[in-house]
Amino acid sequence: MPQRNIVEAINNALADEMESDPRVMLLGLDVGKLGGVFRTTSGLLERFGTDRVVDTPLAEASIIGASLGLALAGMVPVAEIQFLGFTAQGFHQLGPQLGKYRQRSRGRYHCQVTVRAPFGGGIRSPEFHSDAIEAQFVQSPGIKIVMPSNSYDAKGLLIEAIRDPDPVLYCEPDRLYRAGRSEVPDGPYTVPFGKAAVVREGQDVTLVAWSAAVELCLRAAEALAAEGVSAAVLDLRTLVPLDVETLCAQVVKTGRCVVVHEAPLSAGFGAEISATLMEEVFYDLDAPVARVAAFDVPFPAASLEDYYLPSMDRVLAAVRRTMQS
Amino acid sequence: MLLPDGTIAAGAKTRMEEEFLLEALRWMMKSRLYDQRVIALQRQGQFGVFSPGTGQEASIIGSAMAVDPSRDWMVPQYRELMATVHHGLPLEVITAQYLGKIAPARIPDGVKVLPTQVSIAAQLPQATGLAWGLRLRGEDSVVIAYIGDGGSSEGDFHEALNLAGVVAAPIVFFLQNNQWAISTSRRVQSATKSFALRAAGYGFEGVEVDGNDVIAVYDAACDAVERARSGGGPSLIEAVTYRMSFHNTTDNPARYQDPKEFEEARTRDPIERVQKYLAGLGMWNAKRDAAWTDELREENEKALTQAAGAAAPRPEDVFANVYQDPPPRVLRQRADLVDGSGG
Repeated sequence: MPQRNIVEAINNALADEMESDPRVMLLGLDVGKLGGVFRTTSGLLERFGTDRVVDTPLAEASIIGASLGLALAGMVPVAEIQFLGFTAQGFHQLGPQLGKYRQRSRGRYHCQVTVRAPFGGGIRSPEFHSDAIEAQFVQSPGIKIVMPSNSYDAKGLLIEAIRDPDPVLYCEPDRLYRAGRSEVPDGPYTVPFGKAAVVREGQDVTLVAWSAAVELCLRAAEALAAEGVSAAVLDLRTLVPLDVETLCAQVVKTGRCVVVHEAPLSAGFGAEISATLMEEVFYDLDAPVARVAAFDVPFPAASLEDYYLPSMDRVLAAVRRTMQS
Repeated sequence: MLLPDGTIAAGAKTRMEEEFLLEALRWMMKSRLYDQRVIALQRQGQFGVFSPGTGQEASIIGSAMAVDPSRDWMVPQYRELMATVHHGLPLEVITAQYLGKIAPARIPDGVKVLPTQVSIAAQLPQATGLAWGLRLRGEDSVVIAYIGDGGSSEGDFHEALNLAGVVAAPIVFFLQNNQWAISTSRRVQSATKSFALRAAGYGFEGVEVDGNDVIAVYDAACDAVERARSGGGPSLIEAVTYRMSFHNTTDNPARYQDPKEFEEARTRDPIERVQKYLAGLGMWNAKRDAAWTDELREENEKALTQAAGAAAPRPEDVFANVYQDPPPRVLRQRADLVDGSGG
């Protein structure tokens, strides 16, 4: 089976969907000749032409707002916002407009729009590029939020997003873009939304994560095994819809849970996970749910990012505390 | 072209024949009468917050008459109610929206109108995308998108017009400069002499027109629609008019508006000048005015009655039309609201 990294998996998913559905088009900054700043759209302009791979003016609100209108006209736009932090300049077209359009039109219109955006720290990028603001969109109902952590899911979840009749925000872990290749089949396949994956089995504690933090948790689980702690890792894959069932079943199995994310602690999605577990499985818990997150300060200069982001040491410390209960 | 005293400017040539002008007058009167009726209802607590088009009927109707409801799309802000009705949206449907109805307020399939937009200017990038997409799909359609003088200060206005110019979208941006954004005067909205001038910055044509002259508005809009349809790209029309009422039913212009300015604006009433002109041709008189007023009131009343009698929203409609396949969590919340079974 072919081996692909996440950049190649995304490129392959886009090409497959554009091949099979002539309505699918790409738009955004530098997605054409350059192939995107991370090269995720490399070669697609040459293959599908300038009507379907469009370099737009540098204006996030109109990239997202025009995508909404393109969808109403019967196209299937896949917009790229160069970095998730820059959605701030188009936020009103994403959360309030895309998310509410079906409801506001009493169901007359829907928006089959995918907005792709790389995010996260660990690559020494400049200000605003690393912001992990995924939880902000959870407060904008109507948008599905997809957070792949590996190549196979990246392709399958992206195809699922493009085919979804409702708007999807698809966040790409830039730190893992080229972190390694794994098996990604040729040809279209989908990974369903709302199905969390147990990516490592374990008996003592469940590490819950999404996107690049899954990779950190897998490394932490490996280190914990050497200490005699058996840690499971649950990859949520999508925040909306949230797979409450698998989350609860998995945490009941281990009785302990540590949530890990790159967004700041307060009102991060880890709080939602923790609260959900309190409501659903409180009496099955052997220890309080712990959270390891970025701090409640803005993302610092790249030279400081290793201190800001959840680290292996902080994950291990949180698990050890949890194991004491 | 049609001057405030009801005479035609010397040498003016229009495509609007007298019979067509009569039709325009009927729509303008319908709009004014609807405003009057629903404002009265709102004062009695029987209608939602409403933004009347009073004083702007020539802009609203003249622009709507320039597009073809069978193939062109209309993207409103919210002060163009009767334009959307002219474009095929049944009056009882848009009325139902103001009465808080859900299913009865759904724009019928086939009617090429987008929902009203309360987030100012947010409709413009969407309208550009719609026009662009229609061209990519090979359709022979034009989009008309409405905005006001206040809305032109929004970032979305700039982004939408810029993108429309770049992709040569078949779209007409129709800016009603009614001199007010709630209490904010046009003078503090922008230092530009004319909003139409802004089009030059986006690489397409902008024209300023007397927005109280339905003939001039119609002609300018027809030119822009033809340009868009023939591949000439976008246009910006600034219709200079005056808001002869309040921003909406919560507003009180007495706190900020010079009554002299308002009285002066009333002398340029877009409806009266058409009536004077047609009277000069022997096509209008008090008797006809009274007969039309009765007929139009009855039409409007019928729509109001129908909307008021349409199905009231049910609690579970809170969850209607958000997702095609709602997430399990949302389904559980719905069940909890409906019968307490969601836990």
